[in-house]
This record gives sequence, structure tokens and C-alpha cells, in this order.
Amino acid sequence: MGDTQYTKPLPALVGLTKDFYGFCKQGELRFQRCDDCNAWRHVPRELCAECGSWSWQWQKSTGKGAVFTWTVAERPLHPGFKDAAPYAPVVVEMEEGVRLLSELGDCTPDQLEIGMAVEVYFDAVTDEVTLPKFRRAG
Amino acid sequence: MSTNACIVGIGDTRYVRGEGSGVSQLALQLQAAVRAIDDAGLEARQIDGIMPFPNLGTAEEFAANLGCENLRFAATINMGGAAPVASLQAAGAAVASGAASYVLLPAGWNGYSGRRAAETVQEQTTSIPGGAIARDFYLPYGLTAPPQWYALMARRHMHEFGTSAEQLGAIAMAMRKHAQLNDNAVMHGKEMTLEQYLGSPMITDPYRLFDCCLETDGAAAVVVTSAERARDLKGKPVSILGVAAGQPYPADEITNRKDIFVTGLTIAAPEAFRKAGVTPADIDFAEIYDCFTFEVLQQLEETGFCERGEGGAFVEGGRIELGGELPVNTHGGLLSEAHVLGMNHLVEAVRQLRGEAGKRQVTGAKLGVVTGWGDFGDGSIAVLGQ
Repeated sequence: MGDTQYTKPLPALVGLTKDFYGFCKQGELRFQRCDDCNAWRHVPRELCAECGSWSWQWQKSTGKGAVFTWTVAERPLHPGFKDAAPYAPVVVEMEEGVRLLSELGDCTPDQLEIGMAVEVYFDAVTDEVTLPKFRRAG
Repeated sequence: MSTNACIVGIGDTRYVRGEGSGVSQLALQLQAAVRAIDDAGLEARQIDGIMPFPNLGTAEEFAANLGCENLRFAATINMGGAAPVASLQAAGAAVASGAASYVLLPAGWNGYSGRRAAETVQEQTTSIPGGAIARDFYLPYGLTAPPQWYALMARRHMHEFGTSAEQLGAIAMAMRKHAQLNDNAVMHGKEMTLEQYLGSPMITDPYRLFDCCLETDGAAAVVVTSAERARDLKGKPVSILGVAAGQPYPADEITNRKDIFVTGLTIAAPEAFRKAGVTPADIDFAEIYDCFTFEVLQQLEETGFCERGEGGAFVEGGRIELGGELPVNTHGGLLSEAHVLGMNHLVEAVRQLRGEAGKRQVTGAKLGVVTGWGDFGDGSIAVLGQ
């Protein structure tokens, strides 16, 4: 579980962000979904930008998606990633339509392809924080 | 006679790396400001409006150092590198409404000898719009700095349209070529081949080192006033024929845009051309905010110099070089002149329209475009004319 040596930056667990990562800790990827127009949204927002509704639920994602785009950081530009390069931030487009920035745990950067089918898994990087990450689907 | 606001003064410092400027960030900007005010034929006390670049100084300290004892208008447009051109719009409105008579726009930093870009990323999580989003959803995965944000767009563009490394290289080489005609360019005397470009180390795929803007010390400034006041000044004014700014949607989050290539410029460009009453085909040269090579390509598309997806072909074959169809970044840009936050692009455009660009003068330059790009894709554009 928690690694006391973890040096990468962590999300601030406040407000809606706390809820999002709280679900991840329970092994669930959930996004906000509007009760009135059914639009999914990410990152967390206070109201629905599509229809103006304040009514929404945290709904469970299928956890499946596809690689939308990516970059391979060869030269780290943050001290927390000093020893991590090369690494690849990846944008995943979920089946629900929302996209999130993450990484692929089972791919080297040269194996990345746009459109590659991926599914979520959960990485408890510290005792407090579990990050959603992805691996190649079936 | 034009009723548009005008740029009536320009100033800049030496652009350097190596030993650095040797003066403070404020002193550097003041040097450029003094030159711009003098170039306009004004006294500092006549400057009654100041628009500092975000986070690089306050109007109060500029005014106190310069002796602007009649300051009436102070504002900053928080659009990162899109701020200088966007500020032209606000300055123009200020002089048109009477809120100010002469507005100073300074920008500059010790980007080489002072704090380097690689050291400022943590701070940026609070200084950029969407800072909390970046902190909570980008930084944990190592998306920490501008080249990485924009590389996501560049990679997607390559996928959708087949844009190639060689085409990004054509942009870097055009800027480098222009820098050979500019004594104040940091890359003056340092020519570059395609092989050298392709051989430069990868920073964040698809951006190599030579796709990235320079880190330099330097400052630049311009002075804006009304057409009426400009007529009484010594120099030949450059008219702000059309200027507009815009933001992508959502501006605070880069991954969930319905169309990832729609940026602030997509919205701003048609507005600027409409106000100016001209089209992209009428433009003689363009100074495009070149934080990274792909952003030049993308802005050429979104400005309407070519269609979406055609930027790669557009930048090839010398088309964006001096002597080509649309010379781009005739001074060398942020890539090969210096990173002066895009204020150097405004200064260069004025030099071109005054016919004072020396060896790099665009023959018969009458209409120029300057763009700005900042944060997660904020955009601004000005059509300038004689």
C-alpha cells in the first residue's frame, strides 16, 4: 500500500476532488452525471454547463475507454518526476465521452497508439491517495 | 483619416543569455519602457495608463520609477502570453473612452539568468487559470509544464492530419533563418540544418529541444494612444486596425474540449479581421506567438491563413520565410530571437510597418498580424497597418 518514499505531486483532497478520489480509493471510477440532461462531466464542476442544472449524481463509469492523445516526457520539468523519465501522460476518452488525464501502467512509451482500447485500474500510491490508471483492455 | 488607436512608441533591450542582463527584472522592463516613451516623443509624466504583463510587476512601481505622476488607468489582462496583444485592445478602448491618453505596455524578465522555466512549474499551479485542476488532475501524472500541455494537441494533430516532425522543423528553421538577419537575436550567428533540428534531444514528444522557445533575458514595451493624439507626435504611427481576444472552452481544462484544436484565437481571429475590414489573404507578414513550433502551425490554421489540417503543408517550401508567401516571425520569434513574452512580436511588427526592419524588411509591408497565445490556449490577435 502506501509508500513513504512517494515524491510525486498529489491532488489536494478537498471538495468535489476529495469525492472523486474517495471513490477511486474504494475501487470505483465515478464521474458526475447531470440528473436532468444526463450529460457526463469531468473535471468536477458545480453545475451542468450543458443545461444549467444543479442536480447531479456520482455515477459509475464502465472504466473502459481509448487513448485520445499522449506525450512522452523525456526531460522531467518537475522535481517530483526527476527519476521517472521517460514517462507518458495519456489522455483517455471514456465510453461515457468524458476524457481524463492518466497514464498506462502496462505500456512503454513506444507502445502507445491513439485509439488503443484501455481499462481502468487503481493504484494506491499513498495511504491517502489512490490514482486511477489504465492498462490495455482484453 | 483612421480613427483607430495607434502604437506610437516601441522600445527594447539587448536580448541575452550567457552573463545575463545584470539588472533586475523591473530595471530591465524600465529600460525598454524609457526607450518606448522616448521613441514616441513623449515625457514620462504624459503616460497616464500602464498595463503590466501578468505577475511581472505592478503599474504602481512602473509609475513611481518612471515619474508617471498622472496615472489614471492601470490594468493587467490575465492571459499569459496572449496578454500583450490582448492589452492592445484594452489600451485602445482606454484611449478611445478618455480613461487614459497614453498607455504603456511593458513586458520582460530575466528568463535565463533569473528563475528558469523548469523551476517555476510548481508556482504555476497557482498562477495559471485552472491551477487547482492542474494540481489535482494533471500534476499527479507528471503533466506539469506548458510543453507537455501543448504536446497533447500536437500529437493529436499529427494523428488526425499526418503532420510530421519535418514540418515542425520547417517552422524552427524559418525562425532560425530570420534570426541570422537580426543582430539582437540570441540565435544570430547560429544557423541550423534539418539534421541538427531532428538530432536535438526530445523534451516531451513530439517536441524536441529546437521546438521549444528560448530562455532569455530581455524586455520590450510599446506605447498606445488615439489616432488624434498620434498625429501630433513626431513619428509615423502604426494603426491598430482590428484587435480581439478569446478563450478556448473550457479555458481552465485542456483535455475535455469538444474540439481540441479550437483555441481562443479561433474565436478572436474572425473578429479582428472583421474590425480591420481585411482578410488573411491581404496580410503581408505575421508575427505568431511561437512558444513551441506546433503552436505556430495551429495558429496559422486557426487564424485562417490555411485550412484546419493544412498547416503542415503550409509551412513547407519556404512559404513562411522572408521572400515567401507569408513571412512569419521576421525577427526570429521566441524560438530564435528571444522570449520576451510576445512583446517583441509587437515591436517587430511596428518596425516592419515603419520600414525600419533593415536586412529583414518585408518589401512593401503594409498590413501585419500579431498573435498571442497563453495559459491553456488563450488567444489574441491584432491586425496592424500603416
